[in-house]
Amino acid sequence: MSQEQNTPPNLYSAREPIFPRRVSGAFRNLKWVIMAVTLGIYYLTPWIRWDRGPQLPDQAVLLDLANRRFFFFWIEIWPHEFYFVAGLLIMAGLGLFLFTSALGRVWCGYACPQTVWTDLFILVERWIEGDRNARLRLHRQKKLDLRKVRLRITKWVVWFLIGLATGGAWIFYFTDAPTLFNDLINFQASPIAYTTMFVLTMTTFIFGGFMREQICIYACPWPRIQAAMMDEDTLTVAYRHWRGEPRGKHRKAEHQEPLGDCIDCMACVNVCPMGIDIRDGQQLECITCALCIDACDDVMEKLGKPRGLIDYMALSDEPAEVQGKPPRPIWQHIFRLRTMLYTVLWAGVGIALVVALFVRPAIDFTAAPVRNPTFVVLSDGSVRNTYELRVRNKNGSDTDFMISTTSSAHLISTIEGFEEGLVTVPADTTQQVKLYVVAPSASEASQAERTDLRIWIEDVKSGDSAFKDTVFNGRAN
Amino acid sequence: MAKKDQEKNVPTTGHQWDGIEELDNPMPRWWLWTFYACIVWGIGYTIAYPAWPLIKEATPGLLGYSTRANVAAELEQAEAANAAINAKLVETELTQIAQDPELLTYATRKGDAVFKTWCAQCHGSGAAGVKANGYPNLLDDDWLWGGDIENIHLTISHGIRNEEDPDARFSAMSAFVDIFTQDEVAQVANYVQSLSGAPNDPTLVDAGGLLFADNCASCHGETGMGDREQGAPNLTDAIWLYGGTYDDIAYQINYARNGVMPAWQNRLDEASIRAVAAYVHSLGGGE
Repeated sequence: MSQEQNTPPNLYSAREPIFPRRVSGAFRNLKWVIMAVTLGIYYLTPWIRWDRGPQLPDQAVLLDLANRRFFFFWIEIWPHEFYFVAGLLIMAGLGLFLFTSALGRVWCGYACPQTVWTDLFILVERWIEGDRNARLRLHRQKKLDLRKVRLRITKWVVWFLIGLATGGAWIFYFTDAPTLFNDLINFQASPIAYTTMFVLTMTTFIFGGFMREQICIYACPWPRIQAAMMDEDTLTVAYRHWRGEPRGKHRKAEHQEPLGDCIDCMACVNVCPMGIDIRDGQQLECITCALCIDACDDVMEKLGKPRGLIDYMALSDEPAEVQGKPPRPIWQHIFRLRTMLYTVLWAGVGIALVVALFVRPAIDFTAAPVRNPTFVVLSDGSVRNTYELRVRNKNGSDTDFMISTTSSAHLISTIEGFEEGLVTVPADTTQQVKLYVVAPSASEASQAERTDLRIWIEDVKSGDSAFKDTVFNGRAN
Repeated sequence: MAKKDQEKNVPTTGHQWDGIEELDNPMPRWWLWTFYACIVWGIGYTIAYPAWPLIKEATPGLLGYSTRANVAAELEQAEAANAAINAKLVETELTQIAQDPELLTYATRKGDAVFKTWCAQCHGSGAAGVKANGYPNLLDDDWLWGGDIENIHLTISHGIRNEEDPDARFSAMSAFVDIFTQDEVAQVANYVQSLSGAPNDPTLVDAGGLLFADNCASCHGETGMGDREQGAPNLTDAIWLYGGTYDDIAYQINYARNGVMPAWQNRLDEASIRAVAAYVHSLGGGE
């Protein structure tokens, strides 16, 4: 292109500041509710108590990294059960596919932490500095007088406190919250706790206060991915240009040609937290927060025109509505083969996880035959095999387990260091024990290559039992 | 997007693919400042930390950071953390270690690590020994010099048949190749095989028994049960240090192979030796 290349282009440009105006309406109210619920869950969850007995933590949700346990109310996940977490991540992925194919970037607009905290920070900003026009004036005011300094510092301090609460809540998920809180205020917590808190405080402060929409536009990969996830039936926020155009102020006798419904009042632009004009069509910056719908509906109502000049609609609605057909109902966009398939997959994984959770064996143990060497000949000619057992005690108290073996051949089993096959495993630990199995001299099992062997374990108190099948290696091995 | 940018007169780079042009939009300014900050950080980093390669080594950096020193510090820290339980291990009577579950767990795990470092070369990583070389199997219940933990500790501390430690246990079987005729060797070998019930030639056993009583019983005992005081193996059981076939036994009578084990008391600290003793004792044959 050979247009105007005489002046060299700017290599770098500054951010255009955005001052979203206050808006009220159905979507704004929904966003307030979602903000209260999500922030409430985030800040309060670590403080919920859950009694698990004297030797286990009583925090309802706890990621105990040091002891490698994950506690979630009545569920306790051990490291070898990490597939549950993988299953949850798969569900999260499918859920994202489902919501994106049905409702577009609904995650970005309502539930993403970046959106929720930015919303909260803008709320604080409005409380302290006033609405859009007051903030704009303050921004344009060159002179740094006492009022501007006071407002700025008040705002930053409140932002910082929110950031501090956010970073603080995060670390409470990883250790006992009341204990850590005491340690924190007495300056006795570990440096890692303070460092993590500081980093998350600062990222919250900077991302929510200053970066805002730039995180969505430049740092987040999701706006790029969404293009592949959405289709022509996906609901998104759009402007009915066939109804609104040509836009213009409705003054009598100024225009001869008939005007559309859009009066070009800029309400939709002024409330947009991303600083875009929805009337330009679908664009990468739009997080579909629907605040422009609220703003425009408000104006339409005052003008006595039908709502929905800006509305949730799908790409496929445009050609139909341009021809004058009535809008398709929302549910037709949501209940489609694609979204139903996602729902089925999502629910399938969920049901599988729940089933897996409830059929988890009460007793968990592994038996590994020692292969180095496969067998040992004892002085009386008998043959001994060794098995390394790992017995997990998932109870909150010490538990006795009886270990025994059954086989078609006559084999004698003993446990190294324990009498009569009775092993006591301390609460919430894994005990490693050695099981010796001996085939008497000249017996068939001692001469054979291998004999089937079943190792049994029984919780003496509850009577639950489990077994593992393995083999006994004879001299022919 | 592109249309809007054309309206704004954003210049393009002149690259074109299938009619799609690459716009030359300005970078965000925060990106520029981050870029400069990275450069400043990078310069500071190379001054503070080891960075520039020179001919023999890299520039050391002002902070004196060294991964090697970190490892040394970590080892020292681990050593300090274990100091109390190591002291306890050294103070506790060897026979009492098994009474303290925590101490026993520590000793056998430490012993496992020490064994894999210093002992596995001969005895094998699974402690099953190597029959061809006469390295004893430590898993079975047959012991040349005694299998209780005190005897195992003594053997590890001073070794067997070595010249470096005067307290090393010492014994040597004579090579009978110059003393016996090969007929006599065959007689003794058949007698030895009869002791453990192995297949043998009964016509030679009686003569072999007489030769055994005169030449071998002083160490291996009149009944062939061996003598742990002298490290003489029990010949009546199913375990053979150098193999139990006729050829193995005849070769041993002729040439009398003896194993040598080094003393460890000057190479390992007492806690490690005790840990290995506890570990070997726990392998299934301890007495």
